[in-house]
Amino acid sequence: MSVTTQTPPPPSRLTGGARQRRRKNVNRLMMGVSTLAALIALAVLALVLVDIVIKAAPALNLDFFTKNPVPFGQTGGGIADSIVGSAILIGLASAMAIPIGILVAIFTNEFAPPRLSSPIRFALDILNGVPTIVTGIFIYGLLVIGHTQSGWAGAIALAIVELPIVARSAQEVLALVPRSLKEAGLALGLRRWRIVLRIVLPTAAGGLVTGAVLGVARVAGETAPLLLTSSIFSNLGITTNPGVALPNIPVTIFTLSESPSPQDHAQAWAAALVLVAFVLIVSLVARTFNERSRRKIAD
Amino acid sequence: MDLDQTEQVDVSTAPESPPEPETMEREKLEPARGHAISIKDLNAYYGERHAIKGISLTFEPNQVTAIIGPSGCGKSTLVRCINRMHEEIPKAHAEGTILLDEEDLYGSRVDVTAVRRQIGMVFQKANPFPTMSIFDNVASGLKLAGIRGDSMRERVHRSLRAVGLWSEVSDRLNSPGIGLSGGQQQRLCIARTIAVEPEVILMDEPCSALDPIATLKVEELIDELKRRYTIVIVTHNMQQAARVADSTVFMLDGEVVEHAPTNDIFTNPSDERTERYVTGKFG
Repeated sequence: MSVTTQTPPPPSRLTGGARQRRRKNVNRLMMGVSTLAALIALAVLALVLVDIVIKAAPALNLDFFTKNPVPFGQTGGGIADSIVGSAILIGLASAMAIPIGILVAIFTNEFAPPRLSSPIRFALDILNGVPTIVTGIFIYGLLVIGHTQSGWAGAIALAIVELPIVARSAQEVLALVPRSLKEAGLALGLRRWRIVLRIVLPTAAGGLVTGAVLGVARVAGETAPLLLTSSIFSNLGITTNPGVALPNIPVTIFTLSESPSPQDHAQAWAAALVLVAFVLIVSLVARTFNERSRRKIAD
Repeated sequence: MDLDQTEQVDVSTAPESPPEPETMEREKLEPARGHAISIKDLNAYYGERHAIKGISLTFEPNQVTAIIGPSGCGKSTLVRCINRMHEEIPKAHAEGTILLDEEDLYGSRVDVTAVRRQIGMVFQKANPFPTMSIFDNVASGLKLAGIRGDSMRERVHRSLRAVGLWSEVSDRLNSPGIGLSGGQQQRLCIARTIAVEPEVILMDEPCSALDPIATLKVEELIDELKRRYTIVIVTHNMQQAARVADSTVFMLDGEVVEHAPTNDIFTNPSDERTERYVTGKFG
């Protein structure tokens, strides 16, 4: 007669119970969900890029970069005037925003008492959060009403958008410069400004460039402030006088896309591609500077 | 700092000479009369915290005075009051009198940068300027004083010889100061300090991050430096105090317990607390 009662095997200490299995599954699920989210973000970027490239392709040729727009109904022409105009607007805006932004950061990080520096930091964050259409309306009320639209008005509006980006990133970078270096300078009897100039700024240079370049990339595509300050321009070709409204890429994209002509639509896509390519290149430049600076500070 | 990388830099730039030879070729310093520091009734605070409590002390010219005591007793704060670095810390302040010879460093018309030029400081962690070459590091204080051209070059070379770095770096003065080894970096910082020819040198645990051989070199250097300078050195290491100092101050809880010739502090202290500290019973 055989023994039918079988003793169950002792529970293994290594496989874990139901509770452990459940935890493992939750872990897997969350990993999957977050991976999916990351893939969606990448896919959106890829879709936008691919879409732009496909739609821009018919309008892309050398003329597009070297010729000015042609009157409605004719074919051909390009956006040379907008490229030049955008370069001038971005250049003027950056010439204002970058030095002021870096000086603000130097003030808050190196000179201001903490009582003053944290409100300034907060104010910059607020300024950074102001919708750019509001900045545009502000400059419109201040400089355009009673005068005309002008490159100056557009550049100042862009500078207001750029300033907090440059200043906040410069603050972050300056805060990374080790205190021991400033102390070494102080102990040599150097004055604060000299320490800033000879020790702090060279050490932080890479990071400062990164912040400035990211500010440039950001304002390159700003449309709202320019619609109000530098959007009414005659198609007379390249203008370099910031006293009048300057043609520029974002507004040109907007205008071309409103046109009934399919050729204009293709040109709008091509102009969009130019803008995206510019931002991409500028961001890559910023990254290299950033890495270089991090290495230097880490040493 | 990546040590491996540093070693590679050393090897690649100076393949024939090892980075740290066993003996330093050091140039003897011209003797000069040092200057005395007299502290009278000094009090220092971090916000509300009273870190230095009414200290009075004198550091004799051309002597090395070591300051020992347990962590947090105020050693570093005390030396940082002497070159007025203490007040650079937010909310910190100091009051009292510190005389350099006859002049009060805390006088109302005194310029703090002038004080720091007369009283140099070497820090715990070597802090060469990372963007500057070896040469520029040593020259950084001189340029400010308006010393340029040949006389600047001469002073830089002389300072590097005095700290025994010359033979190790003379072929790569234009390479970055942070490419040197830890001990070399600290001697570079000492060269930077003596290049401006201060009257007093403060050292805040200058060897605590160095290996024994590099420490020995810095200690030999301190012995040499006192021919010209008055030296105050904060140290955690009692053997170091015994090796380099002519007199030693024992501090506890913001006060001076005892200031006596080094030999007396270690062999025949007059205060029971000093004896317990130097024999390792506490601290």
